[in-house]
Amino acid sequence: MLEVKELHKQFGSIHAVNGVSFKVEQGEVLGFLGPNGAGKSTTMRMITGFLPPTSGTVVVNGHDVIAAPIAAKNQIGYLPENAPVYSDMTVVNFLRFIAEIRGFSGAARLRCADAAIEKAHLEKVRNQSISTLSKGYRQRTCFAQAILHDPPILIMDEPTDGLDPNQKHVVRTMIREMAPRKVIIISTHILEEVEAICSRAIIIANGRIVANGTPAELKTRTDSRGTLEEVFRTLTLGDEPLRKVN
Amino acid sequence: MNFIPNTKAIFKRELKAYFESPVAYVFLVVFLMLTAFLTFAVGRFYESGQADLRGFFLWHPWVYMILVPAAAMRLWAEERRSGTIELLLTLPVTLSETILGKFLAAWAFLTLALILTFPVLLTTLYLGSPDIGVALAGYFGSFLLAGMYLSVGLLTSAMTRNQVISFVISVVICLFLLLAGWPPVTDLLIRATQDHASLNWLVTGVASLSFMPHYESIQRGVIALRDLAYYASVIFFMLFATHLVLENRKAA
Repeated sequence: MLEVKELHKQFGSIHAVNGVSFKVEQGEVLGFLGPNGAGKSTTMRMITGFLPPTSGTVVVNGHDVIAAPIAAKNQIGYLPENAPVYSDMTVVNFLRFIAEIRGFSGAARLRCADAAIEKAHLEKVRNQSISTLSKGYRQRTCFAQAILHDPPILIMDEPTDGLDPNQKHVVRTMIREMAPRKVIIISTHILEEVEAICSRAIIIANGRIVANGTPAELKTRTDSRGTLEEVFRTLTLGDEPLRKVN
Repeated sequence: MNFIPNTKAIFKRELKAYFESPVAYVFLVVFLMLTAFLTFAVGRFYESGQADLRGFFLWHPWVYMILVPAAAMRLWAEERRSGTIELLLTLPVTLSETILGKFLAAWAFLTLALILTFPVLLTTLYLGSPDIGVALAGYFGSFLLAGMYLSVGLLTSAMTRNQVISFVISVVICLFLLLAGWPPVTDLLIRATQDHASLNWLVTGVASLSFMPHYESIQRGVIALRDLAYYASVIFFMLFATHLVLENRKAA
């Protein structure tokens, strides 16, 4: 289980994340929605321990991200925005490096890298240098890195950004297959994706949560006119006060 | 707990990274050609009639000043530019492990470059009978100097995502550490302050920041504790500063 408690992040005078709290249980796929600059990536960076919050904390399966960062990071698989990977390495060497850092050694390390390659369908480019890969393959290499240690918690920042429809389908299928055993958070601004894979959605605007509910619940809001897009627009454009679904 | 395996994993990746791009080969070729050229052509090695390595190690502070920042500039700046810093620092490793792993990998690479200059040593052995102890001390001093320059380069690399900026700042700091104790510069400072006896501490203070006295004393074959302490403390200070910079400006 992942619990985010009253997270705040200030960059100088900018209050990028302003009191975000929520809980995600195993089996849930939480969609993190919001316009660009709403604080989605900053929140994810605080959950994964990359950025220290100004105040508040995150508890990951009982491990506090601030008090016990290494134990918390062991629980998490993270796909950062734009899927950064070491482009001079080959796919297999990159994944073996990740496996080593994740604490696998000897034969287990090789097995782990191979299993991740298989799960992310990377067999074809296994020995290719990452710098020669297409965007879709790079994204999947970074995805393979995130799931390599079979983490109970998976956090993905725009996992389907820049992929073609077939690649998007592959990634969504993989997320759906893993969902029952994990806590998954994905950020996106593709609303159809939320309906396709998320069991719950949080809409965030100007660093605050403005809605939290299942896609179906969000659509039944009086101001929604039946589409998620309309909900998204009313909540993130207007001066809507904080209001929670149910 | 996992300090050693984690540092080792970072070390291996970083060392391999040198050889997975052309950086390593360009560096090695330039380093070897430059040191050989300066020793034999500019330093008139054969004409000096002395079978020792003094004319070889004389050039190292200058050659390293350009090449070590070039070898170090990638270490953190590239992680920032490509965004992999976010990947690296969300893995279950501590910042100290990554800093140490990177530092040791780059130092090992520089040591390899230094070892590959062995034909110079063989030449002196063929031409005469140099004092092997002094020659080895010379190599050791050069090794320490490379590590010290490298720690400066690691710090400047952590401060920016721009490798050129890292390189330039690093060269300037190394130049300062070189010149601060150089007789022409200290003479200048002494002359400038000779009417103000109260400023003498400034001259000695600036001069004592320089590695030159320590480098030269090791070149003479004397490995004293205070020389080792100088290198160790500069390296420690730079790595510590790197830690502070990264801690405070991860996402910049």
